[in-house]
Amino acid sequence: MLDPFLVRALIAAVALGVIAAPLGCLVVWRRMSYFGSTVAHGGLLGVALGIALDLDLTLGVVIVAVAMGGLLTLLGRQRVLPVDSLLGILSHAALAGGLVAAAKLAGQRLDLMGYLFGDILAVTRGDLAWIGVGGLCVLGVIVSLWRTLVSIAVHEELAAAEGMPTRRAEALMLLVLSFTIAVSMKIVGVLLIIAFLIMPAAAARPFARTPEGMAVLAAVVGAAGAAGGLMTSAWIDVPAGPAIVLVLSAACLVSLVTSIARGGA
Amino acid sequence: MAGGNTSRASADAHHGHNHGDASCGHAHHHHHHEPVIVPPEALVVARGLDLQRGKRRILDGVDIHIAPKEIVTLIGPNGAGKTTLVRILLGLEKADSGSIQRRPGLVVGYAPQRFDRDPAIPITVERFLTLGRSASQGEGRAALAEVGASHVFEQQLHALSGGELQRVVLARALVRRPDLLVLDEPVRGVDFVGEAELYGLIGRLRAARGFGVLLVSHDLHVVMAQSDRVICLNRHVCCHGVPETVAQHPEYVQLFGAATARAFGIYTHDHDHAHDLTGAPLPPRSATPGDTRDA
Repeated sequence: MLDPFLVRALIAAVALGVIAAPLGCLVVWRRMSYFGSTVAHGGLLGVALGIALDLDLTLGVVIVAVAMGGLLTLLGRQRVLPVDSLLGILSHAALAGGLVAAAKLAGQRLDLMGYLFGDILAVTRGDLAWIGVGGLCVLGVIVSLWRTLVSIAVHEELAAAEGMPTRRAEALMLLVLSFTIAVSMKIVGVLLIIAFLIMPAAAARPFARTPEGMAVLAAVVGAAGAAGGLMTSAWIDVPAGPAIVLVLSAACLVSLVTSIARGGA
Repeated sequence: MAGGNTSRASADAHHGHNHGDASCGHAHHHHHHEPVIVPPEALVVARGLDLQRGKRRILDGVDIHIAPKEIVTLIGPNGAGKTTLVRILLGLEKADSGSIQRRPGLVVGYAPQRFDRDPAIPITVERFLTLGRSASQGEGRAALAEVGASHVFEQQLHALSGGELQRVVLARALVRRPDLLVLDEPVRGVDFVGEAELYGLIGRLRAARGFGVLLVSHDLHVVMAQSDRVICLNRHVCCHGVPETVAQHPEYVQLFGAATARAFGIYTHDHDHAHDLTGAPLPPRSATPGDTRDA
């Protein structure tokens, strides 16, 4: 018989694996993984602010992550610095800011390691509600914008010329991406979250023929990897976040080797 | 579009000369209105488009319209502002001044100049065809058959050759059932004979489907033979009219060189068989693409 906290953790991990999959595909296609980790790092600042202002922590993270996503979108339009340098600066500035704020504002009340590497076993019913309701909203937005989002990934100019609402779709995608990162923080942690997003998509890529196929396969890999990693961590008593990421990396490796062996490289 | 004819009288008044069917502006910059009759049912009408980037003038008082079922070819040297003009007409960029009117409900099919494929995205030709409009698999297959590329239906987009990709992109535009097809240098990466075949195909599709076509090109001979009207752009519209007269126009000859202008005439007569886009010869037809307009 599983402990209730393990059951909650399992539900959260599998649900997030499914929710993150289509977004992870978009992150891979659009080469946005640096963007994702920058938003995630900003999340730590959100946790510190949440504790300092006595807000719901998840709400604090969502607010800061979404603000961060918006800021990056605006700054991405400047032409002075290359985007990857800009993200490299902001990403680590956000991380450092979060660490300083956590030490100064939250002090002992913050389990820093838990936020950096995830503390899935501390998932509460409240967290499950965030994941459930939020996840349905995220999936709803992604499904309704899917055709436009895939079209943008394939050829942005063509999508715009065909009259698709590319700007709106892009803004909404960044919003739900930031939100998903925020609610996944507790599960896999600030430093590992981007792996949780892109690894299932990367593992699915060689076996998919269509964008939809890749998203569905990524959801299966993500859910299985999250559950497998979590059970492994409970079994051999290691932290859950890193265990999930290790299982997913193994899936990527197997997928890559298989596809090279098939001559698909 | 109701304003389409307003400038005509005054334009005629100070346009004493007449170059056959081609009306020509002057390289130096006075802008008189060209005596162009814009049909009221025109698909797109743009007037007086100006665009400046930094100190560089990209477009200078450009007027252009495309009527239904008409093939308009936009030619001009590299850097003449052709792609920018197309992007403005498509709504991808904004001009500094000038107006653009689109026929209400206009459906545009677009084949961009550059199409960089990304192997990170798995997508079959089948899925790509139905991405621009939720269409059935059958519609996608039919469009692909129309452009003569049925055999790639199940292939991955990133595995296609350059010529196959051109046709697939064209098929995707067809799936949208466009009123206006905009093709920006559609023959890039296709060899010279494949070019004639592709333009022939566009001409046949226009006849079958009745859409208007705006075609951009920096090379001339084959293009012009398929066109109803040619607009020669070099930041401003420097001359326009039916292909044969534009080809002989002094400003055109000055812009592209006498050899090219002569090649146009030669090429249209010197074409007794066609090649597909891979370069393989096709069985002779009575009307090969280059001949159709030059009887």
